[in-house]
Amino acid sequence: MRAEYKAVSDVFGPLLFVEGVSGVKYGELCSVILPDGEERTGKVLEVHRDKAMIQVFEGTRGIDIPESTVMFQGKTIELPLSLDILGRVFDGMGEPIDGKPPIIPEKRADINGAPINPYAREYPNEFIQTGISTIDGLNPLVRGQKLPLFSGSGLPHNRVAAQIARQARVLGKEEEFAVVFAAMGITFEEAEFFHNDFEETGALERVVMFLNLADDPAIERLSTARAALTAAEYLAFDQKMHVLVIMTDMTNYCEALREISAARKEVPGRRGYPGYLYTDLASIYERAGRIKNNKGSITLMPVLSMPEDDKTHPIPDLTGYITEGQIIFSRSLERKGISPPIDVLPSLSRLKDKGVGKGKTREDHADLYNQLYAAYSKGKEAAELAVILGEATLSDMDKIYLKFADVFEERYVNQDEYENRSIEETLELGWELLSMLPKRELKRTRDEFIDKYYSKHQKEEARESEKSKEREESVIEEKESKAST
Amino acid sequence: MKKGRIIRVSGPLIEAEEMKGARMFDVVQVSEERLLGEIIGLDQDKASIQVYEETAGIGVGEPVYITGEPVSVALGPGLIESIYDGVQRPLDDIQEEIGDFIARGVSVPALEPEKKWEFVPKRKKGDRVAPGDVLGTVQETVLVEHRIMVPPGLEGIIEEIKGGEFTIKDTIAVVKRGNGQKEEIQMEQRWGVRRPRPVKRRLPPIKPLFTGQRVIDTFFPIAKGGTACIPGPFGSGKTVMQHQLAKWAEAEIVVYIGCGERGNEMTDVLNEFPKLKDPKSGEPLMKRTILLANTSNMPVAAREASIYTGITIAEYFRDMGYSVAVMADSTSRWAEALREISGRLEEMPGEEGYPAYLGSSVAQFYERAGRVECLGTPDREGAISVIGAVSPPGGDLSDPVVQNTLRVVKVFWSLKAELAYARHFPAIDWLTSYSLYHDNTQSYMKEEVAEDFVTLERGAMRILEEEDELQEMVRLVGVDALSSKERRILLVARMLREDFLHQNASHEIDTYTSMSKQYLMLKNIINFYQEAEEVDADIEKLESLDVLQDIARMKFVKEGKIEELEKLLGTIKEAIGGVMKEEAIDES
Repeated sequence: MRAEYKAVSDVFGPLLFVEGVSGVKYGELCSVILPDGEERTGKVLEVHRDKAMIQVFEGTRGIDIPESTVMFQGKTIELPLSLDILGRVFDGMGEPIDGKPPIIPEKRADINGAPINPYAREYPNEFIQTGISTIDGLNPLVRGQKLPLFSGSGLPHNRVAAQIARQARVLGKEEEFAVVFAAMGITFEEAEFFHNDFEETGALERVVMFLNLADDPAIERLSTARAALTAAEYLAFDQKMHVLVIMTDMTNYCEALREISAARKEVPGRRGYPGYLYTDLASIYERAGRIKNNKGSITLMPVLSMPEDDKTHPIPDLTGYITEGQIIFSRSLERKGISPPIDVLPSLSRLKDKGVGKGKTREDHADLYNQLYAAYSKGKEAAELAVILGEATLSDMDKIYLKFADVFEERYVNQDEYENRSIEETLELGWELLSMLPKRELKRTRDEFIDKYYSKHQKEEARESEKSKEREESVIEEKESKAST
Repeated sequence: MKKGRIIRVSGPLIEAEEMKGARMFDVVQVSEERLLGEIIGLDQDKASIQVYEETAGIGVGEPVYITGEPVSVALGPGLIESIYDGVQRPLDDIQEEIGDFIARGVSVPALEPEKKWEFVPKRKKGDRVAPGDVLGTVQETVLVEHRIMVPPGLEGIIEEIKGGEFTIKDTIAVVKRGNGQKEEIQMEQRWGVRRPRPVKRRLPPIKPLFTGQRVIDTFFPIAKGGTACIPGPFGSGKTVMQHQLAKWAEAEIVVYIGCGERGNEMTDVLNEFPKLKDPKSGEPLMKRTILLANTSNMPVAAREASIYTGITIAEYFRDMGYSVAVMADSTSRWAEALREISGRLEEMPGEEGYPAYLGSSVAQFYERAGRVECLGTPDREGAISVIGAVSPPGGDLSDPVVQNTLRVVKVFWSLKAELAYARHFPAIDWLTSYSLYHDNTQSYMKEEVAEDFVTLERGAMRILEEEDELQEMVRLVGVDALSSKERRILLVARMLREDFLHQNASHEIDTYTSMSKQYLMLKNIINFYQEAEEVDADIEKLESLDVLQDIARMKFVKEGKIEELEKLLGTIKEAIGGVMKEEAIDES
């Protein structure tokens, strides 16, 4: 059904109102034809009697009231899909922009997707080795997880995302994989960085890129994320591939959503973002996952820059409530020269318990990360005390923890951009660092693991001091026995 | 069927005209696809409708069918072990019908219509029955005996009642009313979700609902029939806490409502519960559980309905005389659904864009909890305990949903991000949390757990409070400036925190602690304190005692071997005695 109307009544921000329409459906796709013949795409946001409210993805610049025509398409926005999308570059509406011919579709899919039935989901539990210690060792990523990078402007989140895309693999398996990359409102330079990185590593032919750059219409960001995920769903669940989706930067996406909401004069929620921001973000993030009896998977890594590094800002806040954890970047680590500046304490991978352990990584993994966390957290507390009171006032134990925290940052967190640490290396490094602490401080680890892994790293001097303590104890015992006789 | 026509579509909200005769909160079917909707506003002949399914593709002029029925749930055998969406559609059947993704317009019965159940009559022909009377029973799962009751509003004499194998639609009894009218009774009955089911009398909650979680049972207990909330920022462990409670709470029926949360969390429950064994009966936990999953990406209006669907099912089992625990994760998402619908209705917003009636809606929901004397014979008592997670933005407790919830609930488990960062789980802050059931449950604890339990608990809490003050001092002047007595408090408080309050949900033994084990663990720590206090033991020596490791390992002692903890009592005494001897030697 193609109905054509020349009855634009109102243009407001990114919105267009048409009067006298009939048979228009909510959510329908339409084309807007400008007086100069340019064609743009819009979506029906509301129908009320004979009026329709349309959101124009490419912006409303140049649209006039008497001449512009609106054509309703009778369908929702669909993405043409086939295996040929691999290695291609598209804009936010799914149109090719790499100068190559359009895709001959094997299938067309509504970019809004449909929710995965929770009953049909398979719980993600396959460990992905990213080669980055702070992620593999402490916040393991698993296939089908959605794990965002919370960053700030000026921090190297793109480099970390690229490193993950480069190094991520599942232990002991060679399977078909693909990367879907959605750029929303990032600069040409940043997009080029990813493009070059994919090219250098020869991954480009396995990558699908959806680019909406900073100078592209902001409203198109709303469809960029959805088009990218629709492509990912096709590759994962129809073509049974393992897909890693990187979306950057979600903050720009949310701002586009706010723009629409403001133009609709909706009652704003926090900081002017619409009340349905949570639901909207969920309709994106929840498309990651695995499905029972289906080999494919979608692992989602959205990148977002926290305004003013504020984790309680609605965008990171609501994201954190939906995603399965978060990797947080810290400016103070960056200043110390630690790279990647991943702030270990507030970072979290919710699915880690299911992805580690015997047969997946190693039996001691879970105990080890709990212990490392606890120890680093204590070290940080001691550091805070030292700032107030001076290091001299710390107890001996606190001094050890303080040193632990420093060495931990320098050796465990700090890692070269091209250094690909195996999980074994990461785990052993963890034990090596723990060997700075006396045995009785290891309350979060099982004895068997202490015997097996801790002892071999324990330094000579530490063993010595324990021995001398034993000697002291035997002296005491002797004394006691003397006293009792 | 009467019908109106659509004049406006805006997301989950639809407006229709020519709707004369429609009533508030009645179910309607939207368009020829018969999408499920509910009337939430009436103005002359215009009705505002919230639609429980995706509305893309719906346009002006399409029909709206008026059913004249309120939104209701199907109640009867087959509820247990089910997984439903927010409006009681079984997700497993949906998957079978249409595949891995949820499309709209699917209609599948909530209860298996073909399955036969063994019905055992408990009343006989000629008996006079009233609402709530148990007509007979069905063994639904090994753990649950389903009691078929006379529906509310029906009174009379049994004309006919038969035992044997029946489906839920078969007539199992016929009751003749006083006016001679005959009513057939089936095992499947329906009840509107927005109206609480009637009870004989409401009773104050007095028995604690044990959960196997030490910080809760010992310090901040919830009563059977009580209400609690768990607010906390993301990553503080709300969902793990809710799962732990669903697993180990000493309830006979558990209704778990996943309201606007992650899909994988529901999968986790589905995978795990059939494998976990109830500590009492040894049967899989799934045999007493009903799941409702309306994940964050499923239609928002159905999310609003999901908590009412859940609590109505809970009330039905309560009426049978069971103790039911309802977990709602998270009520913030439900409130957001309210806000979204309210915004689209263009209502005047209250705080943060939430509707002005948010407070009363929250209160009405929690008020459906409680301990009651059930309608009908035999005399029985049922209870619903409600535990709601709240997800305040940025963890800010001034959020309207938190504030409105705190106004009605009696237990507040405050989750702290700092504790979570230090991997202290459950991250329940012992200083700001509270339970108003302390006084109600005290006598039960004294009688059933131990005479000195309350004293021990008070003592432990005082130590934790003192620690907080001392920490301030340590921050200012350093630990060396403290007296020996004060440093002993710090030592014991650390023990309480690390060896008692800290509990690992994924450790096979630590995940659940019986009340008698909790008592012994607490007693050992407090005894250690008292012994050391009595002899004014030297702090350095205390800190290097080996018995500290035994205390740290108490949580890993198996439930079957708790006599080891009793023995530890003696070991502690000896160890501290040893310290005294050493001191004596040092002095000599």
